[in-house]
Amino acid sequence: MASADATPVLELSGIGKEFGAIRALHDVDMQVLPGEVVGLMGDNGAGKSTLVKIIAGNFRPTHGEIRFAGSAVHFNRPVDARAVGIEVVYQDLALADNLTAAANVFLGRELKRKFGPIALLDHKAMASRALELFGELRSETRPDDLVKQMSGGQRQAVAIARTRLSNARLVMMDEPTAAISVRQVEQVLGLIHRLKEQGVAVMLISHRMPDVFAVCDRVIVMRRGEKRADKPIHETSPEEVTALITGAKEAA
Amino acid sequence: MAMPMESPISFTNVGKIRWWQRGIFASQTGYVLLALAVLLVIMHFASPYFFTQGNMQNVAKNFSFIAIATLGVTFVIITGGIDLSVGSMMCFSAMITSMVMTELSAPGSPLVHMAADGKTVLANVPGLILLVSILAGLGVALIAGLVNGFCIAVLGLSPFVTTLGMLSIVRGLGYVVSNGRGSFPGGPDADYFYALTSGDVLGVPAPFIYLVILALAMAVVLHHSAFGRHVFALGGNEKAAELTGIPVVRVKIEVYVICALAAGLQGIIISGWLGSAPANMATSYELNVIAAAVIGGANLAGGIGGPLGAIVGCVLLEVIRNGLVLAQVSSYWQQTLVGVIIILAVLVDRIRSRMT
Repeated sequence: MASADATPVLELSGIGKEFGAIRALHDVDMQVLPGEVVGLMGDNGAGKSTLVKIIAGNFRPTHGEIRFAGSAVHFNRPVDARAVGIEVVYQDLALADNLTAAANVFLGRELKRKFGPIALLDHKAMASRALELFGELRSETRPDDLVKQMSGGQRQAVAIARTRLSNARLVMMDEPTAAISVRQVEQVLGLIHRLKEQGVAVMLISHRMPDVFAVCDRVIVMRRGEKRADKPIHETSPEEVTALITGAKEAA
Repeated sequence: MAMPMESPISFTNVGKIRWWQRGIFASQTGYVLLALAVLLVIMHFASPYFFTQGNMQNVAKNFSFIAIATLGVTFVIITGGIDLSVGSMMCFSAMITSMVMTELSAPGSPLVHMAADGKTVLANVPGLILLVSILAGLGVALIAGLVNGFCIAVLGLSPFVTTLGMLSIVRGLGYVVSNGRGSFPGGPDADYFYALTSGDVLGVPAPFIYLVILALAMAVVLHHSAFGRHVFALGGNEKAAELTGIPVVRVKIEVYVICALAAGLQGIIISGWLGSAPANMATSYELNVIAAAVIGGANLAGGIGGPLGAIVGCVLLEVIRNGLVLAQVSSYWQQTLVGVIIILAVLVDRIRSRMT
């Protein structure tokens, strides 16, 4: 449905962010098309996280404009970003350990059943929907198990399942493959492919070159708060990207 | 954008957690409940008076006198907070309730209009004075709870310091309004008041009935409402709760208000049993209440707790107190033993969680 649609799902123009005297981001322009997987790379302190937090609504940019699906948006809180269809999978996954997998998936948007004036949680519906989502991720995760007792891969599945609940049009993943097993990495990359097939744009923030080259259509390299490269993946190489990240090559 | 399921999940690598390793069986509440059962059996053999109807009524009444407040403070503890102001709040609410009741009933006081028959207007509607005075008592608790919640959730002050301050503020206000004297529930509705607070229904003490109703309500709220789930999420990982869009500030304010209201209600009930609301009432009860919650399995680090645990903690404390009296042990030992039990209960839980 989405590939024919040429309107970028996300369009940043001239985004800048200053924290006091520190210039974290300077004049960043970028576009993400529907169904496109974009790798965002850069060394620590390059401005990746700041950029992600601006798109996710954690920070307001000091300069520049964000357009989502063609119209200008201003996010004051993360909830605003989620309302238009931007979901983030955080690196620390943002899970509540003391709750079950299903409870975490539905945290903040629980399914309820009305009993007269009171709305009670619909545990059954949430568990079966969560099981469905875990099935799609092919993760052996029981909805009723506590997150505390889960492996890294299962926790990742819970965090990713959460983004699938809403009709997200852009999913940003912060280092989704950093702390999980080889098999789980394959699964996460598989999921990214599936999101893409559905026309969902994915922004993959990662240090792992093989993962980026395995799934991304395009790679954006950040260095010192600026965008240094923005190339289709088949026009570049891991060596070039590494050079761009380290600064051995200034821009491409 | 639901996708068809390509294959149902098979759980080849992930074992199912056994029933005795989950739910109540794997909780501190479960262990303490077991300890309580053992204690009851020991008491039965140690004293022939323990399982008499009169003694059971006494025990039920006595633990109900701190258990309602314990339910309230459990909410706060689950979110990872603490409320030290519950003891003072009990006193202040009780005091305001009996002062308002007396004031509205007194023909000479400036606040009330006189009816033709020489009584106050409010006194002519049975129960109205009682209702107004209890609402006034709960109203001051509500305000104090809101202030606690505002300082903690909005201003970001530490719960310990905020509620320590509130402990002193509310106790001080109690002395200010009463001039240090006790106040007594009085007027035409005092009989209703005593019936509702220290009466009984078919031999079951009224406070115990309130406790059961409130505990059931709390269980439903905690486990079957979105609010309850958010309370647990807040205690489990506050940052995650915030990132997923849970209204963290609102939930925090709400738990402190619930806690203050529970303490206020508890104080009003206690004053009915005492027959007065002295200015030093319920001094240091916050320690008993928090101790009961912790013994019952509420985790001060947040994320764990529930009404059953709160009640089990209160019952255990009361049975020990009662048992020591029946066994003719000096009541001075009680406090020492309570301290030992707090540490033991937490220790057993620590050992258990290391083993699994």
